[in-house]
Amino acid sequence: MTQEKLLGWKELPLGGAILEPGNSERRYTGDWRTFKPVILQDKCTRCLRCWIVCPEPAIYIIDEPYTTKSGRQFKFSVEVNYDYCKGCGMCVEECEPKAIDWIEEEK
Amino acid sequence: MMAKPYFRTVYDVPREEYLAPGHGLCAGCTAGTIVKLLLKVAGPNTIVVNATGCVEVSTTPFPYTSWKVPWIHVAFENTAAVASGIESALKALKAKGMIDPAKRINIIALAGDGGTYDIGFQALSGMLERGHKVMYVLYDNEAYMNTGIQRSGGTPEYAWTTTTPVGKILKGKVQQKKPIAEIVAAHRIPYVATANPGYFADMMNKFKKGLEVEGPSFVHVLQPCTTGWKFDPRYGIVLARLATETALWINWQQEEGQFSVTVSVPRRKHVKHYFELQGRFSHLTEEDIEKIQKEVDLEVDRINKLVGRTVIGPLVE
Repeated sequence: MTQEKLLGWKELPLGGAILEPGNSERRYTGDWRTFKPVILQDKCTRCLRCWIVCPEPAIYIIDEPYTTKSGRQFKFSVEVNYDYCKGCGMCVEECEPKAIDWIEEEK
Repeated sequence: MMAKPYFRTVYDVPREEYLAPGHGLCAGCTAGTIVKLLLKVAGPNTIVVNATGCVEVSTTPFPYTSWKVPWIHVAFENTAAVASGIESALKALKAKGMIDPAKRINIIALAGDGGTYDIGFQALSGMLERGHKVMYVLYDNEAYMNTGIQRSGGTPEYAWTTTTPVGKILKGKVQQKKPIAEIVAAHRIPYVATANPGYFADMMNKFKKGLEVEGPSFVHVLQPCTTGWKFDPRYGIVLARLATETALWINWQQEEGQFSVTVSVPRRKHVKHYFELQGRFSHLTEEDIEKIQKEVDLEVDRINKLVGRTVIGPLVE
């Protein structure tokens, strides 16, 4: 995580308000992780349960058509954003079809 | 009659995110899930008033913020008071024609159990009495987790915290959990509900309802805390669901005086399933657990009598 240079008190907005909504996107919390979830796109049924429970949110819906090896077609996919995923494993626990692998991070 | 629920499946949930990633909540903190879904329901025309607490501290490490809606941090004591003030100010601005009178602006007061049960209670009670149109969301992790797991009015009996230690004499907290939602319901406000993130559609429907009613509303959400409850981060949602399956946490709502249980449990589980996953209850003996189970049985009987039919079934496993 990189710390940006803080503004001096004369440059700060009144009350120390943060004027840029959602700028914590520049804090990458992915380095907290020791294990990482990997979604197996062929096993995934697109129930979006992981997308609902992810507290970050680090799981996103991608609007790209996907055909599984068994020929099932989906209009979208679910992907993990590893910049932010803290590796809590809630998605792995909640995944009904066991389509999320839990892999130890390598250095 | 109950209206058709707004959120029925996961596909009814809007895709827009109003909570940005990169916040500092612990890995496995269900508060992230709750706040994320709350903001999805509320949408962009929302002002959030956030008491000091886990969510406040970890979502806004200066100079960053995870909020994509207007947000203000206030002290523990005055969340409800500030929310009331914002509501009144918006009313005045609308009366003066400075903002469109037809514009719907949601005001959400968000506080933890310390800021609601204990410190912020008089402000909350005052807000409810004055009837401001604010939704108060209490995320209840059952102790002051942010400052290092001290007991609060929301900590359940027998739970370990740093100020209710476990030893030869004490077995965790001695007192019972304060029935906050029932105390709030006694103010006769239009909408009171309890929810938990294990049943996301139920929880989101309650947020929706709370924002729609004219007048104050209160939603009490159980928030499993991996740090304070001492469980593996991955079991957050499992524990939330187990709380309802064991009837330790009953998802109910009171709408215009009508009490109903929104998540019925046909086959109830033994409370030991809920306790065995958590370190804060690891000191409990068989007898203690049976004692708690008896208390839960009595509570279930009371709820079933209140509703007038069996919404929570017999103990099965």
